Amino acid sequence: MAYNLKKEMSKPERFEAGHRLCAGCGAGITCRAMMRALEPEDKAVICNATSCLEVSSFTYPNTAWMDSYIHIAFENTSAVASGVETAIKAMKKKGKLDDNYKVIAIGGDGGTYDIGFQSLSGALERGHDYTYFCYDNEAYMNTGTQRSSATPRFASATTTPAGAESVGKKQNPKDLTQIVAAHGSPYVAQTTMIGNFKDFHQKAQKAIYTEGATFVNVLCPCPRGWQYPAEMLPEICRLAVDTCVWPMYEIENGEYHLTYMPKKKLPVEEFMKVQGRFRHCFKPGNEWTIEEAQKYVDMKWEELLSKCK
Amino acid sequence: MIMSKRDRLSGNEAIATAMRQINPDVFAMFPITPSTEIPQYFAQYVADGKVDTEFICVESEHSSLSACIGAEAAGCRAISATSSAGLAYMSEVLYVAASCRLPIVLAVACRALTGPININHDYSDSMSVRDSGFIQIYAENNQEAYDNYLQAHRIGETPDVRLPVMICEDGFITSHALENIELEDDDAVKAFVGEYKPENYLLKHENPLAVGPYGTSPFYMEARVAQAEAMKNAKRAILDVAADFEKTFGRKYGFFEEYKMEDAERALVIMGSSAGTAKAAVDELRENGEKVGLIKIRVFRPFPGEELAEALKNCKAVAVMDKSEGFSSMGGPLFAETASACVNLENIPKMIDIVYGLGGRDFTVDHTKRVFARLEKIVKTGETGPVYSHFGQRDLREEVQ
Repeated sequence: MAYNLKKEMSKPERFEAGHRLCAGCGAGITCRAMMRALEPEDKAVICNATSCLEVSSFTYPNTAWMDSYIHIAFENTSAVASGVETAIKAMKKKGKLDDNYKVIAIGGDGGTYDIGFQSLSGALERGHDYTYFCYDNEAYMNTGTQRSSATPRFASATTTPAGAESVGKKQNPKDLTQIVAAHGSPYVAQTTMIGNFKDFHQKAQKAIYTEGATFVNVLCPCPRGWQYPAEMLPEICRLAVDTCVWPMYEIENGEYHLTYMPKKKLPVEEFMKVQGRFRHCFKPGNEWTIEEAQKYVDMKWEELLSKCK
Repeated sequence: MIMSKRDRLSGNEAIATAMRQINPDVFAMFPITPSTEIPQYFAQYVADGKVDTEFICVESEHSSLSACIGAEAAGCRAISATSSAGLAYMSEVLYVAASCRLPIVLAVACRALTGPININHDYSDSMSVRDSGFIQIYAENNQEAYDNYLQAHRIGETPDVRLPVMICEDGFITSHALENIELEDDDAVKAFVGEYKPENYLLKHENPLAVGPYGTSPFYMEARVAQAEAMKNAKRAILDVAADFEKTFGRKYGFFEEYKMEDAERALVIMGSSAGTAKAAVDELRENGEKVGLIKIRVFRPFPGEELAEALKNCKAVAVMDKSEGFSSMGGPLFAETASACVNLENIPKMIDIVYGLGGRDFTVDHTKRVFARLEKIVKTGETGPVYSHFGQRDLREEVQ
């Protein structure tokens, strides 16, 4: 059936208003879109890593989640999800469960790329029937914008600040989407929040309804860490995909598909200049940082295009 | 009359047998010496179709307990087994399992913690997590390890308890040594343990459940107090389950075992397999007319302080035997608990702490007698001497006489 945003938006919300996420944060929008991808008749258990999202959406005695939800710690969300998924199997086998449950894990880049990487890798290898959503805001935002392995080179973070002798983070980010794909996951995708959310919705739906351990990496801007005005969120996401900093693609059973080709590939500085974390890159003498950032994006983009052929 | 069956098993196989008889929903494993055999035996039960448990081989102990937490919260009986570094690695999530009030049962073959690495027995692993909120029950031998395991689920799942349980056996000494054991009939075990019927769980049809909130200052303390109350309630539940166990299977258990304590002037407070050795020493000394006895602690969490003080109140001198070093510079954890339990007694016995047996260092009947000899000197002179000392070093000159 053709995608229709209005129809999708008419579904009852499964991630409710009243949470404490910042205005202009991508995490709440990601959760709403993620939950819309569930068929209304299906139930879900959400497994959430410690994160901004967790402390903002489930502060006792309130929760924004309409489905069953579990938060245990920072680094073990995929292990907790493994247990929940195994429990579903055990209860089905014993005839104790009739409902159709989907297991969804969600964590930030800290809980996914870094501290949660071991448990993610383990659960992917074991092939539990669950979908992991990473809301990648490219730094440890809950503790105040420390660098992560998802932080792009040259971004100023509180542990890699720009200064007289520093142009921000020294390393390029880990390509987690590719690393997950290398586990042999049946469905892996990258998306973000643009336009009518068709790309996001279709990927989330495919991921949730593909049997096995599947993964969706969502670029999820953070107004405090990236330093942009709240209302710029959609524009920043748009610039991320149009500069090819965040290509939108999916890998189905090892087959790569590009799901969005920019009409005109914009220079990476268009993405960088609207964010305070790259401000120092535009100072006289630091032009080379933008050139280097462009080279890296071009290299990764060409690499991806060659896989999509 | 329920018939038990005599067999010869290691502690690990005895625990694995109890697990098979209970047939839990989920077992999440990661191997570590000396507990590894438990999941290995269990894997064979799965392979042979003797259980219908979902058995998952995860990538670490942190994940094995995390998976148990997910499964137990979802509404299943979930179990695991570990030792030493594995238990230390689980440490963070032990606390979360307890605070989420999930009655997971964790078998622990107790082993020294690294520094230097050592695979043999002491209690540095289980003692390091004594304040995690798990109930901790210790065994002297294979029979007790098996019997404690049969009681664990019911204790933990008691509605006003709902706490996870550690069933501790001594690494290698109990986990690997073969001993005669009475095994109960599978159906009798199933009937005794019963079905797991949680009140609320993630997969409950009627309503969703949210687990693991951010507990801000206005709420955090209430959650912790409720958990502390649950641990107090566990004392009653442990005795209730033990009473039913005795009625069903005939073997009697309490918080601790008092061995020849009726008129004892000198006593040891001791745990685990060392108690068996120490009992032999008590027997020999009793033959010479010496008034000695021992208390073997079975339940360390909740700590039976009042009952222990009552049992020690007529002693003149007590040696607390700590098989872990707490690095407090004033004694091990068992000593700290025993001394604080006795603090309000009218006549507090003279009390010393002996840290012994670390990393599998032998503890013999002769050693026990030397400890009693020291207590005798304390009784005679009224001088305690060094309250906290180590016993069993290679150089005998280091031993406090």
